[in-house]
Amino acid sequence: MQNTAQVANTVILQKTPLHAIHARLGAKMVSFAGYEMPINYPTGIVAEHQHTRHSAGLFDVSHMGALEITGDQATQLLENLIPCDLKEMSIGQMRYGVFMLESGGVLDDLLITRQKNGYLLVINASRKDVDISYLKYHISNHADLKVWEEPVMLALQGPKAAQVLSQLYPEVIDMPFMTAKTFGTSRISRSGYTGEDGFEILMNAIDGIAITEQLLNDSNIKPIGLGARDSLRLEAGLCLYGHELTESITPIEAGLAWAIGKRRRQEGGFLGADKIMNQLNNGTIRRRIGLSLLPGSIPREGAEIQIPNGNIVGYVSSGGHSPTLGHPIAMGYIEETYAIQESEVAILIRGQERKAKVVKLPFVPHSYFKSKKEDK
Amino acid sequence: MKYTDQHEWIRLEGDIGTVGITEYAAQQLGDVVFTELPSIGKILTKGAEAAVVESVKAASEIYAPVSGEVIEINAALGAQPELVNSDPFGAGWFFKLKVSNSTELNELMDESIYKAFTENH
Repeated sequence: MQNTAQVANTVILQKTPLHAIHARLGAKMVSFAGYEMPINYPTGIVAEHQHTRHSAGLFDVSHMGALEITGDQATQLLENLIPCDLKEMSIGQMRYGVFMLESGGVLDDLLITRQKNGYLLVINASRKDVDISYLKYHISNHADLKVWEEPVMLALQGPKAAQVLSQLYPEVIDMPFMTAKTFGTSRISRSGYTGEDGFEILMNAIDGIAITEQLLNDSNIKPIGLGARDSLRLEAGLCLYGHELTESITPIEAGLAWAIGKRRRQEGGFLGADKIMNQLNNGTIRRRIGLSLLPGSIPREGAEIQIPNGNIVGYVSSGGHSPTLGHPIAMGYIEETYAIQESEVAILIRGQERKAKVVKLPFVPHSYFKSKKEDK
Repeated sequence: MKYTDQHEWIRLEGDIGTVGITEYAAQQLGDVVFTELPSIGKILTKGAEAAVVESVKAASEIYAPVSGEVIEINAALGAQPELVNSDPFGAGWFFKLKVSNSTELNELMDESIYKAFTENH
């Protein structure tokens, strides 16, 4: 038997402050973005996935980057890079955004929180170095950039997340989706990347280790590794940098037009705005789609998408088994003409054509928290 | 039972060899969600690609431990691929071969050597 996955070269890997906890829990560790991270715990990816959908899962995401940008010009400087309407954000509000390139491509995707004196940005582990160079270059000495050193970042996700976390922080229970609060030196936001209700927590290493232990003592919570993190976000139809987003894919092609503020679409004034406005007005030549297959072989990243006449019209950017649906699912890019929901295409897997249907995203409906006000 | 360095096992009864993957391999793969088995009648040479096992994480090839003709496949894996994880040496078998050259088995590892082999990996 031979694994087709690449074996990583031996490099010195960084460890998060929760490394010893992962080891004690029997996690299988892998190299990810320069860190030694748990891919799964002894119960395995599928059980962890299901536990997150039905109860609450705790993820160590301390490998990600947390940056704070402060100063009078922070809004203006960041609006040049991120096409969100930052001016309309009130303190504690969060947005999903992208760092734009002049080409219209994306340097990284991130979460931005408006804070009292500026912004908190949470960025991908694999993009930390390029993001920080990019920020330093564009911000220069016009704003202050602080990088959190050795933070603990946790994601607590699932239908029981609010009930469980409110035992430690009662005020979290009615926090609206995509808002953040400060608790001493810790920041808690109602956000996540699984499609479930849940929270993300940023704190120093000492507090982070203590909170992790407290949360793991709750029988509703299980630790969840990167394997299930990926299958959960795939079911939720969310982009993963390096797969659905790259320096040569625009946010419009990726179906992220909603992440570009209304005012920003009219005014422009961000890197790549010409390309983005042109695509908003005239369309794109390719688009991100969802693909659904009957039970069978799994389309993996890079598999080609074919139409009945044999032409290759796209490729798979992420694929996997959906534990919730019980069959393979994938996301990919396809020529705009063929991005028609319910149409049939073929995906080439190990040289064989496998039928797939173009479907709308997400595969599994999101169940984000809706506060009473929003229900009206 | 004999083992390959690619973590397949083969159990010989007469000239019929049953092939599967070891518990060590199943654990490394994680949750198995699909298997692609050879067609009956296919002639395999030792080391040839015989089947594919897909876990949540990745697809892996299964190679023929020895040469022979495929005479039976484990149809139960179609509906229950998880048998590869729950019973890798029993109900999770992949296929049966009519072994064409039983001396090839001598080139494979026995249990104690295989155990040492996995401990060094």
